[in-house]
Amino acid sequence: MTDLRHPNGNEVGKAAEIRNRAAMWIVKRRDHGNWSEADQAELDLWLAESVAHKLAYLRVEAAWQRADRLGALRRPRSLRTRFAPYLKFGGAGLAAATVVGVIYFALPTQNQPTEKRYVTGVGGRETLTLRDGSRVELNTNTILRIAGTGVGRTVWLDKGEAYFQIVHNEAHPFVVHSGNHWVTDLGTKFVVRRNEQTIRVALLEGKARFDMEDSHGSQEAVLNPGDVVVATAEALSVAEHPREALKNELGWRRGLLIFKHATLAEAAAEYNRYNLKKIVIADPRVAGLNINGSLPVNDLSAFTRSIRRFFDLHIEEGPDEIVIKR
Amino acid sequence: MTGTADNNREGKPQRMPGAAMTEPELDAWFVREVLPLEASLMQFLSRNWQDKSEVEDFCQDVYVKVYETARNDPPKSVRPFVFAIARNLLIDRVRRAQIVPIETAVDLEAMNIAAEEPGAERSAIARDELRNVQTALDHLPRRCREAVMLRKVEGLSLREIAARMGISQNTVHAHLVEGSALLADILYGQKGETRRKA
Repeated sequence: MTDLRHPNGNEVGKAAEIRNRAAMWIVKRRDHGNWSEADQAELDLWLAESVAHKLAYLRVEAAWQRADRLGALRRPRSLRTRFAPYLKFGGAGLAAATVVGVIYFALPTQNQPTEKRYVTGVGGRETLTLRDGSRVELNTNTILRIAGTGVGRTVWLDKGEAYFQIVHNEAHPFVVHSGNHWVTDLGTKFVVRRNEQTIRVALLEGKARFDMEDSHGSQEAVLNPGDVVVATAEALSVAEHPREALKNELGWRRGLLIFKHATLAEAAAEYNRYNLKKIVIADPRVAGLNINGSLPVNDLSAFTRSIRRFFDLHIEEGPDEIVIKR
Repeated sequence: MTGTADNNREGKPQRMPGAAMTEPELDAWFVREVLPLEASLMQFLSRNWQDKSEVEDFCQDVYVKVYETARNDPPKSVRPFVFAIARNLLIDRVRRAQIVPIETAVDLEAMNIAAEEPGAERSAIARDELRNVQTALDHLPRRCREAVMLRKVEGLSLREIAARMGISQNTVHAHLVEGSALLADILYGQKGETRRKA
């Protein structure tokens, strides 16, 4: 639709109509929680119909995302803590802080006007190479923003999981923000995963610093290879994991789910991150069965075939879910 | 016979070194650089067009033209580029309508200067995003605002919002659709008056 002319003046109200239609799509997609591939196909069709559709969609989507900022009101945080002397939490479970000396300019969730936003859908995966040669791999159902200003070494993981291989630069630390937490690379490979309630950071190589800040002050931990931090909005714990297990967790980078003594419930939860069709385990006795193996993230039938064979389970496949029972 | 020829006459965007933008880059560019100009653009259009009910459609036409032109020829300076396109569209319409109101012609000349000013819009956005969004929220109809708050502040699902407000999920859906559309008008158009409400 390159022709802008409206031969006899305007079709009055056309823009408002398109805007409302765009708003309908956005709410359906972002708020209903049951977005399907068929919906996506229908939306793609509508977007391809005209540039006006596409632009109306981008516009309402951008506004609706800006309204996400309201989430900050959920748990009111006093700004006073920013000026109060920070409390340091040492001891139990925390590695000693050895390297400090990074200054932060922005609030952890500050929106940059020129940032870039990268999104993967359920089952999607994407690799970004940054200007400095650092690489970021986005896993399924992930939103990552990269600051457009400065040297672009500040990113926000709003949702999902990402693996970072960072080219270290003393002068410009690479900082990953997620909620009220942030990770500063000190020359590293690490993976950050954000669930609804928790942030989990696993360090594979090098060194990184993990910081969080809430209304009580701030906490930090320096991570060494094998360290895994799990943090909620208020608390944080660090534990050392076997390297092999961490490597297996990163199977998704090759499109694989690697299970070692995983329960069926855990495996199902993993599959459900990557597929719109959900695995439901209907029998608690089945949920605790243990499995080993590597399977493609998006090949549900490979998974159901194997467990049917090994455990002699009953599997019912519907349009939206696969129910597993004894 | 319209648009393209006019756009080449004046305000031709300068070609940036390097290739044209990819689709996602272009989309991001549109959201980041063009949408923040909407308030000034709407003001400019309504000052120069008598039928206020057409202004919103006009704005959409400007966006389409801006997007399609920038696809192959990304402008270095966005504001003059957008306003040049708006101006050309206006001139074109005025010509076709065979009426040339004096004040339109005057404003169109003055516009060239206004378009050179650096946009205050973006720094305003950066300044206090949360407050902007909260202010915008105040302009929503009461029940609509309530639904948006429960969704965006509390993070409730549609089902939970429906239960909380004592209405059907379909009504919640309708409130959210209206809310998102109005927020776009308020956040980008700033003043809701020139817009028809959903």
